[in-house]
Amino acid sequence: MENMVSLATKMGIGEAGVTAVFGYLVVFTGLALLMCVIYIIGAIFQANARKKEAAVVAVQEAAPAPKPIVPEKPVAPGSAGHVKRFDVPDKEAAMVMAVVAYQMKKPLNELRFISIKEVKEDEV
Amino acid sequence: MNILETLQRLLMDSGFVGFFMDGGWKNLIMIAISCLLLYLGIVKKFEPLLLVGIAFGCLLVNVSNFYVDGASSANALYHPELWSAFLDESSQYYHSYGHIMANGGLLDILYIGVKTGLYPSLIFLGIGAMTDFGPLLSNPKSLLLGAAAQMGVFLAFFGATLLGFNGNEAASIGIIGGADGPTAIFLTSKLAPNLLGPIAIAAYSYMALIPMIQPPLMRLLTTKKEREVKMEQKRAVSKTEKIIFPIVVSLFVILLLPSTAPLIGCLMLGNLWRECGVTARLSDTVQNALMNIVTVFLGISVGATTVASSFLSLRTLYIVGLGLLAFCFSTVGGLLVGKLMYKLSGGKINPLIGSAGVSAVPMAARVSQTEGQKANPSNFLLMHAMGPNVAGVIGSAIAAGFLLAVFG
Repeated sequence: MENMVSLATKMGIGEAGVTAVFGYLVVFTGLALLMCVIYIIGAIFQANARKKEAAVVAVQEAAPAPKPIVPEKPVAPGSAGHVKRFDVPDKEAAMVMAVVAYQMKKPLNELRFISIKEVKEDEV
Repeated sequence: MNILETLQRLLMDSGFVGFFMDGGWKNLIMIAISCLLLYLGIVKKFEPLLLVGIAFGCLLVNVSNFYVDGASSANALYHPELWSAFLDESSQYYHSYGHIMANGGLLDILYIGVKTGLYPSLIFLGIGAMTDFGPLLSNPKSLLLGAAAQMGVFLAFFGATLLGFNGNEAASIGIIGGADGPTAIFLTSKLAPNLLGPIAIAAYSYMALIPMIQPPLMRLLTTKKEREVKMEQKRAVSKTEKIIFPIVVSLFVILLLPSTAPLIGCLMLGNLWRECGVTARLSDTVQNALMNIVTVFLGISVGATTVASSFLSLRTLYIVGLGLLAFCFSTVGGLLVGKLMYKLSGGKINPLIGSAGVSAVPMAARVSQTEGQKANPSNFLLMHAMGPNVAGVIGSAIAAGFLLAVFG
């Protein structure tokens, strides 16, 4: 153990004081310089971000006003969506769906009807 | 086989006889100390991931090694005399790892990872992968608080010199004030390996005690009005900035102080893996699996250096005392610059975030948050304190690099 201890020599108080102050200054200077570097990088990125934002705003202003969005009819709770009907009144469509559900022995809310079309005699 | 002779030989080889040999009582004290450290780690949860390993390493080395007439026992797990020869320029085994591998015990072989600086560097890789530098990037002034909180390092260094430690030892003791375990182990293993045990134990114990050490100083040095300050939300940091940051820091800091390369290089590589978004697997491995594996080896091999013959001395008590002073002065340094920033910013910066500059991530930032919330329940300082906290990691690595450049 003693061998290890004697590897380094003792320092004088003055030399130790100078080393301590100098060391603290080196740490401060190093981190202060790093702070400046980070500020510069941050400024570059913020400037780029501002440019992009400005470009987006300019494009939005130049574009024609969007068409008003027509809200879709709200879907009933538990519904699978809207059914397309071709020449079929509401009552008949409801009756067809009820008959199909009864025949399939499935609850109506587990079936999905895409479209209901009346087949005309001349189409057969 | 002569049964009596065999029994006698077994008895003479046993560790129990070792306790009655010259200086054997010191091993008993070290075993008691290791049990105390185990208690602190397991029951009091003082940095348990490392302290339990260190304590058990201490137990193992003092149960297996009775250092008599300058030589270790035949079955010793760690041999201080091999490491003395390793460091002795006049020895034929100077810097001979082969000699260690051929003649060392299990803990000697594990200790090679400490001696080469491998374990602390790998731990830094994991820390880098776990650290979000976003708060620092959004408020770069935090770096000044991280620098200010290294004051304890240099004051403790000066104090150690006054107490008769040589330059290398004083530098190793001073770095305890950086509140960064891996950095303390890295520097001490290079400059004063004979002090590694007490320094590592002091560093990790005080890190665990930060919630008790810092609050009284924080309340003493700040007014209630200062502690109540609510800080504004900082700007959002882009992903690209976070990717560029580790590259810039590596370039800048390593060019400035090349001796910081192992620590800063690994810290920033880990962070780059975290942020770049294409190495998620590596980031996950270094912050979990690798970190755990290295912690196993680091703890037990640092504990191995607490050999009774060198640990039980007045110098260990000095180290414990100087370590506490280092922690206190580092806290004070951060708080004083925090107060200066409070004045210069017209009361926009809460000086409590200054104490978080002492590394010890994220414990010190949590203490700032707790104290801030005590003064003003609607205060939320955690993210603001994380900036100085991670700046402290870089600051302590630079302080270690400086001391290594001067004394290495």
